[in-house]
Amino acid sequence: MFFTSAEFQAVVSALNEGFLKTVQLFFVTLIGALPLGLVISFGSMNRWAPLARPVHWFVRRRAQRQAGAPVEYKPGKMAGALIGFRPIRLICRLLVWIIRGTPLVLQIIILFYVPGMAGLFSWGGGESARFTAVAVAFVINYSCYFSEIYRGGIQGVPVGQQEAGQVLGMTRSQIFFKVTLLQMIKRIVPPMSNEIITLVKDTSLARVIALQEVIWMGESFMKGNQGYSGLIWPLFFTAVYYLAFTGVVTILLGQLEKKLSYFR
Amino acid sequence: MAILEVKNIEKHFGATKVLEDISFDLEEGQALAIIGSSGSGKTTLLRCLNFLETPDQGQIVVQGKKLFDAADPATQRESEVRKKRLHFGLVFQSFNLFPQYTALKNVTLAKELLAQEQPDYKSRKKEILGEIEAEGRELLAKMGLADRAGHYPHQLSGGQQQRVAIARALALHPDILCFDEPTSALDPELTGEVLKVIRGLAEQKTTMIIVTHEMAFARDVADQVIFMDGGLIVEQGDARQVIEHPQQERTRQFLSRYSEH
Repeated sequence: MFFTSAEFQAVVSALNEGFLKTVQLFFVTLIGALPLGLVISFGSMNRWAPLARPVHWFVRRRAQRQAGAPVEYKPGKMAGALIGFRPIRLICRLLVWIIRGTPLVLQIIILFYVPGMAGLFSWGGGESARFTAVAVAFVINYSCYFSEIYRGGIQGVPVGQQEAGQVLGMTRSQIFFKVTLLQMIKRIVPPMSNEIITLVKDTSLARVIALQEVIWMGESFMKGNQGYSGLIWPLFFTAVYYLAFTGVVTILLGQLEKKLSYFR
Repeated sequence: MAILEVKNIEKHFGATKVLEDISFDLEEGQALAIIGSSGSGKTTLLRCLNFLETPDQGQIVVQGKKLFDAADPATQRESEVRKKRLHFGLVFQSFNLFPQYTALKNVTLAKELLAQEQPDYKSRKKEILGEIEAEGRELLAKMGLADRAGHYPHQLSGGQQQRVAIARALALHPDILCFDEPTSALDPELTGEVLKVIRGLAEQKTTMIIVTHEMAFARDVADQVIFMDGGLIVEQGDARQVIEHPQQERTRQFLSRYSEH
């Protein structure tokens, strides 16, 4: 009987071990990227424009000097650009562009090797060091994707909601937590579900620096480092793990969506 | 003494002047209707009073207290603005109820949050929340919505939603209650029930400012009327006087369009 054979037992126990790592990476990424993504989304909507006041002041003063009296003034192209300079927003959007604009595989490789090559620090050897490096890469990558989903969710809540909170004397944080947040969550559940299911499968990219997640384990039965070589079915069999996992995640997210359907 | 004095308010959006030298007084217990065509600055004026826009010039004085002075940045600090807003209530054209809360919670939420700032909140929490809820239910009953307290906004008609919004604004006991075209988003059948509620408030001597396109309503309910055009007050005075016997040509033109149909 195949399912009771030593080969099957060995494969399942190896894949279980790899799958545990997959699940760990999944949750560490979520726990890190869900809040960090929110921070980045606030950053990419930040309106802080340190040059607006001084430039306005300068342009107005120059216009008044030339006219010799207070006049209507209009900032030119150059002044307009300076007025619109928003460093926090710029940095966040730049980060999002770079991270979304390059492959995650590349980011993992760069993050793992470049610190050591540049003599900054080393992640160290061993499985746990590799896990840390990969987790950091995943958290950064996913928080950038999440930040855009959050941004869409926040901007999708009508301004009138915020204004209603304001005229009722609520503070900014009360408005966010008591008024906007739940409406935002409702809006972002479908796109977030998509991203989270992609994350389940993206964890397999970690094998590029030899993190022993489930695909790596499956492949190892071809390469012979489990005492077996030339076995390809274990690699195919990993699909069962992914399907089971995404199935559970899909059900949970579906329940969340249903829970939030009591309002519109 | 007037409860509200608006002095020389001016507001620009970029290079466009939306409000120019707006000044008026409002006595306690009076209702003021602001009429005028779209884009005349009526809504912007209400938004200035509620600190949703910051005027470029002018002052807003409530009960002799200077709430806003364009020349004095100290009156524009975010932390203080929040408290000052409570002198005014605002009912929006599009209701803006919080969809995730029931009608009752919409009415009580802001008050509950404010109560947390009371020094005795922790020791009397249950009692305070009980009082707020009782008052919320009473307000809804006054709006004819006693049986709708547990409904979510999407389960209510537009007219019912707007009445919840009025109860929500009243819950904080503002000195002056502002309405921004409260019936413009409603079909004629539902308009009546909202106007009836506002009429009731006027009879109880609630100080109100109502931006409206309902001329007959303005004439019957308001004590004073302001007609605005192009960001300016063209004419102001006794409601019946202005609407039935306008002195300015521009006012006459505007009103004639309403009497035609």
